[in-house]
This record gives sequence, structure tokens and C-alpha cells, in this order.
Amino acid sequence: MKVLSIALNTFRENLRDKLLYNLLIFALLMIGSSLLLMRLTLGEFHRLILDIGLGSINFFGVLIAIFVGIGLVSKEIEKKTIYTIISKPVARYQFLLGKYLGLSLTLLINTTIMAVGLLAVLYFQDVPIQIVLFEALGTIFLELMVVTAVALLFSTFTSATLSAIFTLAIFVIGHLTADLKMFGQKMEGVGRGILDGIYYFLPNLERFNLKGHVTHRLDVAGNDLVLIVAYGAVYITLLLLLASLIFQRRDFR
Amino acid sequence: MDPRTESIVWIENLSKIFRVGFWGRQMTAVDSLSLDVRQGEVFGFLGPNGAGKTTTIKILMGLIYPTSGQARLFGRGVGDPVAKAKLGFLPESPYFYDYLTSREFLGFYGHLFGLQGKVLNTRIDALLELVGMTHARDLQLRKFSKGMLQRVGIAQALINDPELVVLDEPMSGLDPVGRKEVRDLILRLKESGKTILFSSHILHDAELLCDRVAMILKGRLVASGHVSELIDQGTTHSVELVIDHLSPDGLEHLRPLMEKVVVQGDRLLAVLRHPGDVGAALEIIRAAKATLISLTPHKSSLEDLFIRMVKGQQVDGGPRP
Repeated sequence: MKVLSIALNTFRENLRDKLLYNLLIFALLMIGSSLLLMRLTLGEFHRLILDIGLGSINFFGVLIAIFVGIGLVSKEIEKKTIYTIISKPVARYQFLLGKYLGLSLTLLINTTIMAVGLLAVLYFQDVPIQIVLFEALGTIFLELMVVTAVALLFSTFTSATLSAIFTLAIFVIGHLTADLKMFGQKMEGVGRGILDGIYYFLPNLERFNLKGHVTHRLDVAGNDLVLIVAYGAVYITLLLLLASLIFQRRDFR
Repeated sequence: MDPRTESIVWIENLSKIFRVGFWGRQMTAVDSLSLDVRQGEVFGFLGPNGAGKTTTIKILMGLIYPTSGQARLFGRGVGDPVAKAKLGFLPESPYFYDYLTSREFLGFYGHLFGLQGKVLNTRIDALLELVGMTHARDLQLRKFSKGMLQRVGIAQALINDPELVVLDEPMSGLDPVGRKEVRDLILRLKESGKTILFSSHILHDAELLCDRVAMILKGRLVASGHVSELIDQGTTHSVELVIDHLSPDGLEHLRPLMEKVVVQGDRLLAVLRHPGDVGAALEIIRAAKATLISLTPHKSSLEDLFIRMVKGQQVDGGPRP
């Protein structure tokens, strides 16, 4: 109940944030722009629409997750709004969980709106719509939830600006961890250990990327899908636990 | 009676040391502070800016963890949900969710206490009425003035009909009318049987409102007790006279009785050395056929006591590490 109230209040806060609408409009424009680019391309235009469409949904989703997400907790502390919440019978972890669920709801609705935009474009261009497209949209949303949890973790102990920078960094590195591992295998000793450590420690966000499957019309094995969802769920749980531990101990000065 | 469990607020030997700056230099914000607030009283927590009032209140609200010592609310540990359920808190210069309207704002806090539906709506309407904000019920908080924010802030602190209301600097930044309204509100809360703890550096307000006060300076308790006891302790009253058309002769007679004499043209302002000499002074004025414009007895105030305390601390204490 308390978690739900905080989640709904966070959702309401997001809905009244102009940044959200700007990002959403840009995303829809990007998806629409594939129609223009299509005219400049010879053949393969189905792939182009899907590539640009899914890429935009992913990119703008991450922007929303980071720039709306970092404000979740650090803004509450900076603006001291948290004082009135924590002095009520609300445990600190309940506050964090509520904030997280609120933003997840916002992201879900945004992803849905962007997906509807993409589906409309596909429909009017007579591009066949396959199951794998929905699976890819689902994993994009899962990735957004991981990124939001990262942003939440950072914002429990640093300022909004630093959280944004750190989260962005994790997002970029998270898509390159496979390369890190490959580099590591070419090294020896400590260097290899460090790169291996980073590989296992940071989220491997490429796992959530099914865009290749969509454009090449490849099916994803059911097992794979279960593994991806499990990986995301475990990673999110660990991030939220760590965030709660840090948040529980801190002083609100 | 065990004050630990019977007092509404009970603090013993409470200390908070912050680490500040890059090197983690230690700064003592609260230093071995002990005090208690009893059922049904208005308790003033006084001290200059930076004395540690807000830090102490934040410890009581579970926002900051003490370095050492104990703090209890309703006989329970700070942060206990049962204690928090009976608590209302207005932070210092509060910022609220400015994208909400008054009704949404109070509704949100009501939900946190499990209030909903008709009960909540009735409660919200009653509170908006109480703080005089019914006209702004559907206005977003971002459009509010500071006084209006303070009022919905107080309404927020009362949403759960708390037994203890903690107000951190409730009058700061308000105009005289706003301050009077807050004062009246505190008195109304007291009448309805609530216990009130508020901090302030405006001693005049405290004097009008409080049953008991505690004064702190650099985190340490320097005085506490009933307002009347504190004021009577050692401070003598003085009497100020304003006289017109006093002859030089009359002035010569009057001067020995006076601690201070200021002459401004035809007008004279004098402060009696001993308040008991009022009769003698009036006799001289009448004999000299001068006009007495005013006679003002100055009662000593918390402010006098406070200034003495601050000065005393500076002389014997000096800067602390």
C-alpha cells in the first residue's frame, strides 16, 4: 500500500515532467523518419525501418530511464522532500521500491507508446510483424529496468549529475563487456583478471539485444528467453538490495 | 514514573559528530544533549542558527543516526513505525512536491498512513479549513507563496491526527501576520491535547507559546525549564521614562536616579537605575513641572537571557576543536 502510493506519486511526477514528453516526441519523430530514409534506400527497407525503430525505442528509453531516473532519489534528498516521507511510518526500502516501481510504470507506458508508433509504421508499409519483434521489445524494456536500477543505486549516494554520468558510463560499458572479455583473453596475469572481473561484475546489456534476430527474422529459443529474463531479474534484485543497504545507512543532512 | 517510557520525547546524552570536507574533519553538531518533552506541553527548542536544533530534530525523525546516546519517542526507539504513526513533522523551510495540488498532496501523505476514501477526504477538507487554505485546494503547490507552503506543510504534519507535532522553525520566513497565524494554530493544537515540540531562534514567539524551553548553543544544553523560571532567574527589570520640558535644575535632581540619560532637544529619555525609584522620579518630574510622556516597565525576556548565555559561552568557552 505504502509502496504503491509512492509508486503512483512518482508516476504522477513523471507525467508532469516536460522532459518526458520532449523525449517521447523525439522518439516518435525518429521512428517516423525511417519512412523518409526508406526512399533513399534501394531494397532492404524492411530492415531499415526495424533497425531505426527498435534503436530509437532503446536509445530514448535509456535517456528517459537515466534522466528521469536519477532525479528519483537524489532530487528528493536535495529538495528535502524525503524528510516528510521518512518521518512517516514508511521504511526506507519501501520508499526506494516505490520510486523504482513508479519509474518502471512510466517506462512501460512510454515503451508501449513508442512500440505502437513502430507497429503503425510497419503496418502501413506492409512489413510482416513477427513474434520475435515483441520479444525484442520485451527485452528492451527489461534492459531499461536494469538501467533504472543502476541509476537508482547511484542516486542513493551521489548527486543527480554524477548519477547521470555514472549510469551513462555503465550503459555504454554494459554494451561492450563482451569486447572487454575478448581483450582480457589476449592479456595475461592481473590485466586479464581485472577485465574478467569487470565482465562478470557489470551488467552485460548486450544480452538484452535481440535486434539482430528481428531484422534477420531469426527465432529466439525459448530457453534463451528464460535465461535472459532470469538474468535481468537477478541483476535488478541485487542492485535494489545494494541500493537499500546504502540508503538504510545514510544520514539525510 | 520512568521518564524513559512516560515522556513523549526522551533524549539522553545524545551526540552527533559529522565528518566534513575532503579530509573528514570532525564537527560536533550535538554534544551530550539530554532533555525530555512531556505529555500535552508546548516545548520550545531554542538556539541561534547552527546550534544543532535541526540536527537533533532530524535524529528524532529518523533522518540521521546519532553517533552516541539515546533518543526515544513514546517510549520506543526512534524509527519505530508505531511511534512514527503518532508523529507529525514539518521540516525547516520545506520544499514539497510542487507538481501536486493541495488535495493531491495531502491525499498522498494520507495514503502513507493507510487513510483512504471518505475518511481521507473529510480529513483533508477539515485540515485545509484549519490552516485557511480551502480556497487553494486545487492549485498546484508551485504557485504557492512561502506562507501558503508553510500552511499546507502544517496540514501535512497533521494528516494522521498525531499526538506529537514537531515543527522545525515554523515561523521563519513568515511575515508578522503569518507568524501570528502559526502561533494561534500551535495554541489550538495544544488545546486539543497535542504535545508540541518546535524549534525557533525567534525568542519572542517561544515566550508567548511555550510551557518549557531548552536553549542550546554549539550543540550543548545551556538552560532549560519553565519560561517563567528562566526569565526570573537573575534578570532585573528596568523602567524607561520619556519626559518633555524638564528644566536643567530638574535634570540635576533626576540624574542620580538614572542609569542612562539621553537628551534630544526638549525631550529626555532616561532609564531608572532601580525600578523601585519610580515614585521618587515622578515626584521630581512633578516638582519641576515637566511633562511625563511615557513610563515603560521593561520586563526581561528570554532574549536577554539568551544574549547573556551566548556572551558567557564566548568568554569561557572559546572556539572548540
